[in-house]
Amino acid sequence: MSDTTLPSASASTKPRGTSRARGESPAVQIVLIAVSLAFLLLFLLLPLVTVFVEAAAKGWEAYRAAITEPDAQAAIRLTLLVAAIAVPFNVVVGIAAAWAIAKFEFRGKDLLISLIDLPFSVSPVISGLVFVLLFGAQGYFGPWLQANDLKIVFALPGLILATVFVTFPFVARELIPHMQSLGSSDEEAAMTLGASPWRVFFSVTLPNVKWSLFYGVLLCNARAMGEFGAVAVVSGKIRGLTNTMPLHIEILYNEYMGAAAFAVASLLAGLALVTLVLKTLLEWHYGDVIAASRHH
Amino acid sequence: MSVAVTIETIEKRFENFPALRGVSLDIQPGELVALLGPSGSGKTTLLRLIAGLEEADRGRVLFGETDTRELSLRDRRIGFVFQQYALFKTMNVAENIGFGLKSRPRHERPSKDEIRKRVSGLLDLVQLPGLEKRYPSQLSGGQRQRVALARALAIEPRVLLLDEPFGALDAKVRKDLRAWLRELHGRTGHTTVFVTHDQEEALELADRVAILNEGRIEQVGSADDVYDHPATPFICEFLGEVNKLPVKVVGSQAFFGDRPVLGGLSQNQGGPASLYVRPQHLRIVDETPLALPGTVEHLRRNGPIRRAEVAVEGLKKRLEVDLASQVAPAIGERIRLRITHGNLFAAA
Repeated sequence: MSDTTLPSASASTKPRGTSRARGESPAVQIVLIAVSLAFLLLFLLLPLVTVFVEAAAKGWEAYRAAITEPDAQAAIRLTLLVAAIAVPFNVVVGIAAAWAIAKFEFRGKDLLISLIDLPFSVSPVISGLVFVLLFGAQGYFGPWLQANDLKIVFALPGLILATVFVTFPFVARELIPHMQSLGSSDEEAAMTLGASPWRVFFSVTLPNVKWSLFYGVLLCNARAMGEFGAVAVVSGKIRGLTNTMPLHIEILYNEYMGAAAFAVASLLAGLALVTLVLKTLLEWHYGDVIAASRHH
Repeated sequence: MSVAVTIETIEKRFENFPALRGVSLDIQPGELVALLGPSGSGKTTLLRLIAGLEEADRGRVLFGETDTRELSLRDRRIGFVFQQYALFKTMNVAENIGFGLKSRPRHERPSKDEIRKRVSGLLDLVQLPGLEKRYPSQLSGGQRQRVALARALAIEPRVLLLDEPFGALDAKVRKDLRAWLRELHGRTGHTTVFVTHDQEEALELADRVAILNEGRIEQVGSADDVYDHPATPFICEFLGEVNKLPVKVVGSQAFFGDRPVLGGLSQNQGGPASLYVRPQHLRIVDETPLALPGTVEHLRRNGPIRRAEVAVEGLKKRLEVDLASQVAPAIGERIRLRITHGNLFAAA
């Protein structure tokens, strides 16, 4: 909880500090470093570079065409729309859950903490299937939904539900340990000074956790836009209607339109890079604040 | 501005732990009272109850004639200084101190200029002029403490409550702040209650000290009262150093074994008892009728005080004896001790 060292800093200083004590020879060090570097290059950097190289393979015009054709535009818009709804929703519910867990004592608290992690431990495909089973035509609520002319599965609500489910833990998981480590005395101080609950929340609690909150939102957003498994099950993959960017990419690829697939993929890869840069900057500047909340 | 605080038979349980078991205390307007006790004695719980941060299971707290159960936290108007100060990290000193004023409902809220003036006045009062723009992380422990106090004073509290006000500070700063707080209290005259586990602090600073043990107040009184006339064995052992002798009272004399060690007792509660004697109330003497023979086993010096540890036959613990300046026994020397003053409690 109170571990305040920056994860990346400890990772880079530890091997150096302990290698001499263990008596590892320089040769072993070089081999270990080489293996790690080779792995990073082969499995992480190479695929990323490939995405951009393949995307540019047929030239700028083809690239532009691939990301401006109507189906691609629809997929991009849908992805942004889903994220724009799912992320704020998870921010609000995540803050509420973190607040409840960090500031109050109640029965079943441990169970609630475990439940928050559920989406991380369940395969996304199964998360998607659950919603089909609940709201699909053959599902529990299917007949009622049909009777009332409501569509959830194979439509926008289903995509949002699946995305909310899969990305729920990010915000809450960042906030809970941070809020717990802060305790309640700041809030109590504000209350004794006469602040209303709203004022306590917006001028004391929220500013105190703003960086972990931002960090959680960043990760949540990246996952919301990139989610494939759960969304694939509930989407039905109707072109121009229920295809998100990841689904659109898969379809293009299956239809042997590699360059187009990579062109759209490069947008997602770009998002990943931006997220990574922001995340690194955050850790750089506020590492001690965020360190407490690293569990995944 | 200052009010009397009346605490009436407060009871409070946490889960299955009884934190307070029927506590009553009357605090006069403008009085400075210390709640003293070991950890787990309920002193912080009592302070939080007065503040309204906890709710009593039974009993009530009155501010003057007003039952505080009818007051919201805002209407209680208490100034609470937290143990770790709980300054708002994302606000500078001026914003911290002005927070309470800015939190008032619009029609009671002073203007920005007025708030700025009040803040700088309070900073003068706590002797930190010109630190408005600093952030809590840029302040020393003692400065944070003063800012926390200024923040609490800003709302013109009816009662000032301080939770271990000097707990997080080093010894030197602690002493300085203690004198300063005493002086500040003299000037502002707030009814003040503070919690401490440091008896020296409590005795030096407070008009009256309430000593708590296991959820009960064992004694309330001035420093002299509680130190010279402890009401219970617990207070004897808790306040200052004390030697404990198992004795038997017969008539007006207390016997250790078959040797009379203290005479002229007015209490006529014969039978086994515990005699508590402070190190400064043992004197090395030549033969007298009421004397306790022992062997000097160890000598040490604690600041101005020289101390001998004296082994007495029939006692497991050595007696701690303060030495007068002209007395210099050698280690191994056999001496006689006379008890000049002691507190006697019937053995439970």
